[in-house]
Amino acid sequence: MAPWGISDQKIPQGRLALFSYASVVFVALLLVGFWKLQVVQSGHFADLAEKNRIRYIPIIAPRGAMLDREGRVLADSYPSFSILLLRDDPKQLEKNLPRIEDGLGISADDLRGELDDARSEPKFQPIVIKPAASEADIAFVESHRADLPMLELMMVQRRRYPHGEMLANTIGYVGEVSPQDLAANPDKYRPGDIVGKAGLEKEYNDQIVGTDGLRRVVVNSVGKMVRTLDDVEAIPGKPIQLTIDYDLQSVAEADFANKEGALIAMDARTGEVLAVVSRPTFDPNDFAVRIPSKEWAELNSDPQTPLLNRAIQAQLAPGSVFKVVMATAMLESKAIPANYTVYCPGSATFYGRLFHCDHAHGMVDLHKGIVASCDVYFYNVGKLLGIDRISHYATALGLGRRTGIDLPGEEPGLIPSEDWVERVYHHKWYPGSTISVSIGQGAVMATPVQLARMIAAVASGGTLIRPHLLKNANEPPPEVFPLSDDTVKQITDALWGVVNEPDGTTSETVKLQNIDFSGKTGTAQTESFALQNKLGKHLKENGWFIGLAPRRNPEIVVAALVQGAGWGSSVAPIVRDVVKAYYDKKAGHFQMPAQPGATGTSSASATPSRAAPAKSAALVASVGAQRQ
Amino acid sequence: MKDRPSFHDFDWVLMAIVAAICTLGVLEIYSSTHASAMAGMQWKQISWIGVGIVGMFIISRIDYHTLMDQAPILYIAGIAGLLVVLVLGYSRLGAKRWISIGGENLQVSELMKLIIIIVLARYFTEVRTDRLTLRDLAKVATLTLVPVALILKQPDLGTAMVLVPVAVVGAFLAGIEWKHLAIGAIVVALLVPVAWNMRRHLKPYQQQRIQTFLHPEEDQRGAGYQILQSEIAVGSGGFWGKGFGKGSQNQLGFVPVRYSDFILAALAEEQGFIGVCVVLLLYLGLILRLVDNAQKAKDKAGMYVVMGVTAILGFHVLVNASMVIGDMPVTGIPLPLMSYGGSATAFVFLALGLVMNVRMRRFVN
Repeated sequence: MAPWGISDQKIPQGRLALFSYASVVFVALLLVGFWKLQVVQSGHFADLAEKNRIRYIPIIAPRGAMLDREGRVLADSYPSFSILLLRDDPKQLEKNLPRIEDGLGISADDLRGELDDARSEPKFQPIVIKPAASEADIAFVESHRADLPMLELMMVQRRRYPHGEMLANTIGYVGEVSPQDLAANPDKYRPGDIVGKAGLEKEYNDQIVGTDGLRRVVVNSVGKMVRTLDDVEAIPGKPIQLTIDYDLQSVAEADFANKEGALIAMDARTGEVLAVVSRPTFDPNDFAVRIPSKEWAELNSDPQTPLLNRAIQAQLAPGSVFKVVMATAMLESKAIPANYTVYCPGSATFYGRLFHCDHAHGMVDLHKGIVASCDVYFYNVGKLLGIDRISHYATALGLGRRTGIDLPGEEPGLIPSEDWVERVYHHKWYPGSTISVSIGQGAVMATPVQLARMIAAVASGGTLIRPHLLKNANEPPPEVFPLSDDTVKQITDALWGVVNEPDGTTSETVKLQNIDFSGKTGTAQTESFALQNKLGKHLKENGWFIGLAPRRNPEIVVAALVQGAGWGSSVAPIVRDVVKAYYDKKAGHFQMPAQPGATGTSSASATPSRAAPAKSAALVASVGAQRQ
Repeated sequence: MKDRPSFHDFDWVLMAIVAAICTLGVLEIYSSTHASAMAGMQWKQISWIGVGIVGMFIISRIDYHTLMDQAPILYIAGIAGLLVVLVLGYSRLGAKRWISIGGENLQVSELMKLIIIIVLARYFTEVRTDRLTLRDLAKVATLTLVPVALILKQPDLGTAMVLVPVAVVGAFLAGIEWKHLAIGAIVVALLVPVAWNMRRHLKPYQQQRIQTFLHPEEDQRGAGYQILQSEIAVGSGGFWGKGFGKGSQNQLGFVPVRYSDFILAALAEEQGFIGVCVVLLLYLGLILRLVDNAQKAKDKAGMYVVMGVTAILGFHVLVNASMVIGDMPVTGIPLPLMSYGGSATAFVFLALGLVMNVRMRRFVN
């Protein structure tokens, strides 16, 4: 044994004991530490553990369908899958990216771009790499569960518009809730919620939106679902029935192929809207999946403004359609005798300026003034009435103010008055302006829906119905501006003459057998001559036709606008077709129009109508763009 | 007085405590891993315990004086081994800690713990005065810091730190003057801010761990995430625990390395404060029993050996338990006998073998 091993030194018992005491103290301190966590703060940590463990996955409720007045589907929802990419394991992800790109047909650049975009977000948050997975995509994900665990499927509800472009501007479209709406209604919306963004989808969002359900699932530390705890089922949104008649809509859409403009047909007794067309248009199905930002920018910057619903948003000069208002003002105000006549030599001079007429009409009374649409007659009427009387009756007949149709973004149009000029332009009303206003030019602006309602009101003795698209809605009683029977009779007979008399502006081309069809043409300059000179080309004029049947207490009223059409008489056949379809249906022998290039049922047809030649730059200037 | 050591003198009370701790460890390893890809881990741990027990009996047969005779050779061999690891060892999880001998992976630093116990025991025994001079202390520090530096280089901050208490406890028992102890404490206190400023010289992962320890909430998925998840596991266990195999933090993998360094968090979640009390009191019993063995050692040499073992085990328990409740940074120090791990478990049994060695010879001349 080594000499160092022999020791007579005593063991330091005191210091060893001290070590023991220290050990007891340390263990006691540790127990205090555990006590703090496990007893004092256990509730807090139990909450955190639950939050760790449980994820709430929304079960998306389908939006309610939109049906036409006979229950035919105009918009519905269907379940679809989005493919998610989990990013917990960057190495595995990097290794398998080429296979994922291949299997799902996503370009490498796109996928890398999306991954780069998501770099700042927490790693455990998956990203959507394919919003609308095809069956092949789903099969790919399912069959590679084991070797590509970073792919995950998520069920979503997608909006479908089976008729594509048909009624698109009125139905609107859906999209993710905007940050502003989210901030304004934090209780109502969650990020990523799909809401109506335009049209009826927006107007009736609260009615058709369902209540999302909630699934509680247990996830592990990498966010992988382990099992489902329970479900709160989603409550599907309720369908809404619209007043739209799919058949009339089809007829109107077919007639608008390759045209630019708008049409609105409604039941003149109730205000139920039967058909609405706005061209150019878009395919709302493009929005149902996430619309690529490039396409969105194109839609928004297109000078043809395909997102605009022209039936309620195009504010244009009504042209000779306004003569109906003039006639009403003349007869009702009694400022001018009913048998007032004017000699029309083809033009007339007022306040030192020459105003043209279409041609020399000779002796013209009110009936002929409307039937042949003599401008000189109404120049004189306007001069005698004065702007305030005109403005009063126009406003009373619903012009210059919103009709209250149940669509977002309706424009009010404009009826000028002395007050208005002083307020906006700070000068006195020029009496010469009244002459232009008398034939629906100058500052007068109206939307198709306003003109339809105005004529319906005159023909039914002054009842201003509220146009609406929701069937069985509780309608407030209509606004009434009583007109004398004589006024109604004189004007409606003249409107009948427009269609049915030899010297009517439609030259008897749109007469309908056994149908008391009447109406009024309008041809309006789209902009001032100054603008035309600036653009260096002559812009074609806008054609209007407002038709109704029967002539008194009409059942149906149809307003049509074709931009760049030239004469209003060329628009009349469209209105005739819709009115005829209405009566054919009533009689039970309606036939669907032939389909060539008409109502787009495929999403691909969005492009041709948008790509129509940009012939009317004036629209941009004259139409107040309503955008969100 | 007998002339031969006998297994009759084995510390069976100590063995009972060890058996209880190992059993709890194996059960918790099973609970943590049975539902995962690592199922069956407990069997590996049991076999390591078996190997450890055999090693313990073997080492208890070799007179500790004989081992201490070889202290210089053991020390040089240990240092050489650490150098070999640095040069030839292979990396796992970003650290070079292992060398492969006969197909088994050996962590040389674990062996170094045993060597430092023997070397320092020999050194302190040779200091024949009741008081340690500053020179003696400097020698102790040098002996300790050379392997510490080599292990830090691997890098393995945890194991490197573990060697220090052997020296501190040894010096304390060898009669360090209170004056020196106080100065040492002050120096350490002053060094903390210096070390903090020197942190740029630390490995990035070490900086990260320290940063995380100070601000756990800033780093949700890194090391701070580990501490937070560990705290959540412990805290959510409550007083009675969630039940065996029912801890969500544990079962769903939120607790990091739940079968190893954080096994106490897994146990705390499933067995609650009660379970933690049982475990910590078992460890206290272990420590007190070891001190008792030191008190009854035949000579100072034996006492130093036993207290070296005690210092390391005590330090392990203190640091590991503190880490689990977020009071210390994550340093990779396992809980002795409970955490899964071959080398670590084997080390504890070999160390206990040294203790038995001393105990068996307390009546032998």
